[in-house]
Amino acid sequence: MTVPALEVEGLRHGYGGNRLALEDVGFRVMPGAFTCLLGPNGAGKSTLFALATGLLRPNAGRVRIHGHDIVQAPGKALAELGVVFQQPTLDLDLTVLQNLRYFAALHGIGRREADRRIETELTRLSLFERRGEKVRALNGGHRRRVEIARALLHRPTLLLLDEPTVGLDIPARRTLIRHVHALCAEDGIAVLWATHLIDEIDPATDHVVVLHRGRVRACGPVAAVNAETGCASVAESFDRLTAARPAADVEAAA
Amino acid sequence: MTGRQLNVWGTAFQGIVAREVLRFIHQRERFLGALVRPLVWLFVFAAGFRAALGIAIIPPYETYIPYEVYIVPGLIGMIQLFNGMQGSLSMVYDREMGSMRILLTSPLPRAFLLVARLLGGVVVSILQVAAFLLIVRLYGIDLPVWAPLTVLPALLLNGLMLGALGMVLASTIRQLENFAGVMNFVVFPLFFLSSALYPLYRMEEAGPLLWWLCSLNPFTHGVESIRFALYGRVDGLALAVVAGSTLLFAALAVRGYSPARGMGSRAPSAAG
Repeated sequence: MTVPALEVEGLRHGYGGNRLALEDVGFRVMPGAFTCLLGPNGAGKSTLFALATGLLRPNAGRVRIHGHDIVQAPGKALAELGVVFQQPTLDLDLTVLQNLRYFAALHGIGRREADRRIETELTRLSLFERRGEKVRALNGGHRRRVEIARALLHRPTLLLLDEPTVGLDIPARRTLIRHVHALCAEDGIAVLWATHLIDEIDPATDHVVVLHRGRVRACGPVAAVNAETGCASVAESFDRLTAARPAADVEAAA
Repeated sequence: MTGRQLNVWGTAFQGIVAREVLRFIHQRERFLGALVRPLVWLFVFAAGFRAALGIAIIPPYETYIPYEVYIVPGLIGMIQLFNGMQGSLSMVYDREMGSMRILLTSPLPRAFLLVARLLGGVVVSILQVAAFLLIVRLYGIDLPVWAPLTVLPALLLNGLMLGALGMVLASTIRQLENFAGVMNFVVFPLFFLSSALYPLYRMEEAGPLLWWLCSLNPFTHGVESIRFALYGRVDGLALAVVAGSTLLFAALAVRGYSPARGMGSRAPSAAG
């Protein structure tokens, strides 16, 4: 049996107070699958990301990355994980190359090997010629591309992206979505792409996990979720699942 | 630990320190600021005070010294104090919290990553001190020839202590607005309630409470360890206090960034 790239089980987390940010969240992302984590603002997406990257420890439940528990074996789990955070995390005053070398070093990749991988990843994103420029000189779309190149340097099996298209114009968004889909199809990388923009989903190939008020309302391939909600499109399904009072309490399809 | 593991740690350590140094080189204003502050104290304050304040012969000095000579270790301490606080200030910035995440999602142990980052900051502070000492020498202040070398261990220890203190503050302080308070409630008391500007015996003349506060202040001991090291001597008590404080602050800092405490932040800022 294939090991899921990401396995979330019974995850619960609260920041104190009455309301839990996440309650009994569970789903899987298999290798090569492009999975959209859909949810309105405040659904718990960022909390889920903080837990999955080990920046927070859950109150209950577990997250496994390629079979490694993020709490019990953080080193092995993080080695399999690439992350693009919602807020920009590049050093603006350093060059593209310096930023990428720093990241490679954090993963223990030596200079020669790092430079080789940096060339490969940057070439794929047509940014290799700009490696010597300061990040400050790049536009938002290019900065995001550098962050994606960076997240792949240590060859992770799972790539997490937290609303990566925020603030990008439409062509830049399209380039990014196409590139990440290609990563799934060609390299077998598993992707969890958090968004609240329905039009970023490709209904033919993608999977979705719908998160609302800290709970998973549906998950599976787009067609299956639509069948379950009885809707014609993922947009309708999403509206129904995240309505203030869901028409039917749809259980997670996992 | 295997050789390969050592290699991985070494690579990561080099990368972290190199990044701090690169960032420092790219921020010229920060470098100038770090130099101008102590130089103003030296050229203006010390020059004016020289006539008002006579200093008895106290160790490690062997003769009467002009005030400018007395104040040099205190100003070196000030450079490291500001550098430590500036490091934490930049960590509080949202953007910096972003790069903190990149650091903390490295597969290496968190304590190692934080200590490496801490040492990166110390290396930067030592570069600043080196530039300051060069100007001090050009200005004509007499220091032992070997002072820039003998002072290094004290700089390392003092820088670690202040950097760790900055990290503790950065992990406790949630918002940048609160950070102005750090200047008032941390930097100024640490600096003025220390032996940086006046010897402790002067404080004793002013009152026992002041003397106690100054003696308990770890920054006093940081400055004294630097003062003795400049003259190739060791102040055991100062060294012990600085080492102890460093361990305490470092432990608190690592705890402040543990996942159980949510990386020093509560709900994620976007709360999405």
